[in-house]
Amino acid sequence: MSWVLFAIVAWLVGLSINVWLARQKPSRWAALASPIVFGLTLIAVWEGVVRGFDINQVLLPAPSVIAARFATSLDILWVDFVQTVIKGALSGYIIGCGAAFLTALAIDRFPFLQRGLLPVGNFVAALPIIGMAPIMVMWFGFGWQSKAAIVVVMVFFPMLVNTVQGLQASDSMQRDLMRTYAAGYWRTLLKLRLPAAMPFVFNGLKIGTTLALIGAIVAEFFGSPVLGMGFRISTSVGQLALDLVWAEIVVAAIAGSAFYGIMALVEGRVTFWHPSQRS
Amino acid sequence: MRNIFPILTVVGLLIVVWYGAAVALNAQWARDVAARADKTLTFSELVADTWSQDKPKLPAPHQVGAELWETTVMKKVTSKRSLVYHTWVTFSATFLGFVMGTALGTLLAVGIVFNRTMDMSMMPWVIASQTIPILAIAPMIIVVLNAVGLSGLLPKAIISMYLSFFPVVVGMVKGLRSPDQMQLDQMRTWHASGWQTFWKLRLPSSMPYFFTSLKVGVAASLVGAIVGEMPTGAVAGLGARLLAGSYYGQTVQIWSALLMAAALAAVMVGLIGLIQRVTLKRMGMA
Repeated sequence: MSWVLFAIVAWLVGLSINVWLARQKPSRWAALASPIVFGLTLIAVWEGVVRGFDINQVLLPAPSVIAARFATSLDILWVDFVQTVIKGALSGYIIGCGAAFLTALAIDRFPFLQRGLLPVGNFVAALPIIGMAPIMVMWFGFGWQSKAAIVVVMVFFPMLVNTVQGLQASDSMQRDLMRTYAAGYWRTLLKLRLPAAMPFVFNGLKIGTTLALIGAIVAEFFGSPVLGMGFRISTSVGQLALDLVWAEIVVAAIAGSAFYGIMALVEGRVTFWHPSQRS
Repeated sequence: MRNIFPILTVVGLLIVVWYGAAVALNAQWARDVAARADKTLTFSELVADTWSQDKPKLPAPHQVGAELWETTVMKKVTSKRSLVYHTWVTFSATFLGFVMGTALGTLLAVGIVFNRTMDMSMMPWVIASQTIPILAIAPMIIVVLNAVGLSGLLPKAIISMYLSFFPVVVGMVKGLRSPDQMQLDQMRTWHASGWQTFWKLRLPSSMPYFFTSLKVGVAASLVGAIVGEMPTGAVAGLGARLLAGSYYGQTVQIWSALLMAAALAAVMVGLIGLIQRVTLKRMGMA
């Protein structure tokens, strides 16, 4: 009973702090503190509810149990992280985004391709590409190569569509100005159109970060060597070792957030001039 | 209409590449079989063989087409071997999850726009929630819910909901905030209450954003439903077909399930586009 009480108190305290924070004058500090308080409240309530109502470990392990498991299985988590995130997701992400960027330049150069390939690309971007995973495993084997391949396919189209849209972002006045400067295609591309495209390019890159991680993990359900996050999740669920599964989820969440955060940081540096970057 | 020719060219090119890739990928197997039978294949024999194998690495388009015809038109709709039946199973989970996700997303967006506390404390977590690869833990959710007696449609729908609520939240927050200061001031000079401003100004002006989010959300829902079907040995649905096909090396089955999923996604996105056009027209916005 006391744990339930703890959960209720934690919730009330967290809520009142946040209400108080929202009444303060807006500042960086409050904007940072508020979500942190919310997150801590969530964890405290989770812990209290799981212990208070004596919820089965299989259903939902308490945060403290997950943290303990996380600390004791660091070596496993690290091996899985390297296999799935570094080898699978990251290499696929780089290849996929790079290829999409070059394809977008080609599409932009040739209007015929733009009219033909772009609708097809838009269509493919909305498809459940994750379903390609079994085919990729069949083609490229069980290793990380097949995971990288599915990541390439998954990030390619969002990146392509965004980059092509970005290359059209500069308006005709600006292009005319470049022409009066006697700038050729390449110079206009480098000095005007690529910089103008950057907000869109980063939009594609940011969408790609989560897709890459998801693709790499899900592809492991269709066959993988005896390591990797997807492999560990599916086998641990089978053994009802739910604390280890949640530890993997924590790793995935941290990796995903960090990946996205790095991209957002680079975006802020590169496109500092864009209105959306002003606070 | 002027796009038809380029699109057809690109699609035609894709099919040609597909046939070519089928030859390249399946050639090894064809040569191995021929070598064991002490034969050498001429080029035309090789091509014919690569386009008609039972378990090719890459089935040729006409094989997939034949399989699709076989499993959709030739089978009874209620039969477990009919692809229409599997598509229906997936669609029902997708639809339920999509409706739940849209409702949740819209409610959250309204809360975030109207309540500063929610805006400050929840919005970052809504974004962070999407960096957790829910698809990766979908199997766990299904298994765990199965353990407490929840099975069938709902667990899959929950995963679909989780994937589709995010685009709706983001789009609706943006949409509900899209009226500019002038319009809001106008409402104030009319002495409109918060609710009146919401119903008469904010909600209508969020509609274009709403429909764009729905299109993204419905595609995400489908992905969620398909992945939700993979664990626990689900026997029905497009995801189950994919998994079974991958276990038994039935590539033709995988490809036909994939094409069916693609068609389903296209139809759903198209339907929303249709509703969007009609709605926006009647609201005088298109």
